[in-house]
Amino acid sequence: MTKSELVEIIADSYGEITKREAEVVVNEIFRAISDALAKGDRVELRGFGSFATKRRNPRIGRNPKTGESVQVPGKVVPHFKPGKELRERVDQNE
Amino acid sequence: MTKAEIAKIVHDRIGLSKKESGQIVEAVLDEIKKTLEGGEDVKLSGFGHFMVREKHARRGRNPKTGDDITIASRKVVTFRASQLLKEKLLGEDD
Repeated sequence: MTKSELVEIIADSYGEITKREAEVVVNEIFRAISDALAKGDRVELRGFGSFATKRRNPRIGRNPKTGESVQVPGKVVPHFKPGKELRERVDQNE
Repeated sequence: MTKAEIAKIVHDRIGLSKKESGQIVEAVLDEIKKTLEGGEDVKLSGFGHFMVREKHARRGRNPKTGDDITIASRKVVTFRASQLLKEKLLGEDD
């Protein structure tokens, strides 16, 4: 499923709003989550899962082509942990 | 950040009623869950991909008792953040 398919389903199952409006709302939801993560906040969505950021320390890496050592800077990466309900529902269904 | 806070942002920025905003946030997460439950990936461009992956059965060990156990094959959800989201987290850091 892509974002535009998700938008269509939401617009269809929701008589009140147009496809264009559904698109704006879907974009806004994921923008809100991204913004929160960018601020270092954790996003906890009950029944779905939680998004958090993890810090990666700087390290000495190696260019696999030349074998040269390179300094890889530290960074912050997003992380998603599926919630119990999502975990169970995905695993059960065979 | 919680679902209620995301709903509030949708309400404030888009002007849907509070009730509708809450319902749509819930509907969006529900739809993603249902799709993953059916074994299908969800690709949200600009945010990331939720993917269903099959894990093979493997031999494990109960860390408490030291007993050998078999971990059954199972399906898990993984999240791959988009380049855009990764860059957003880096941009706001330091």
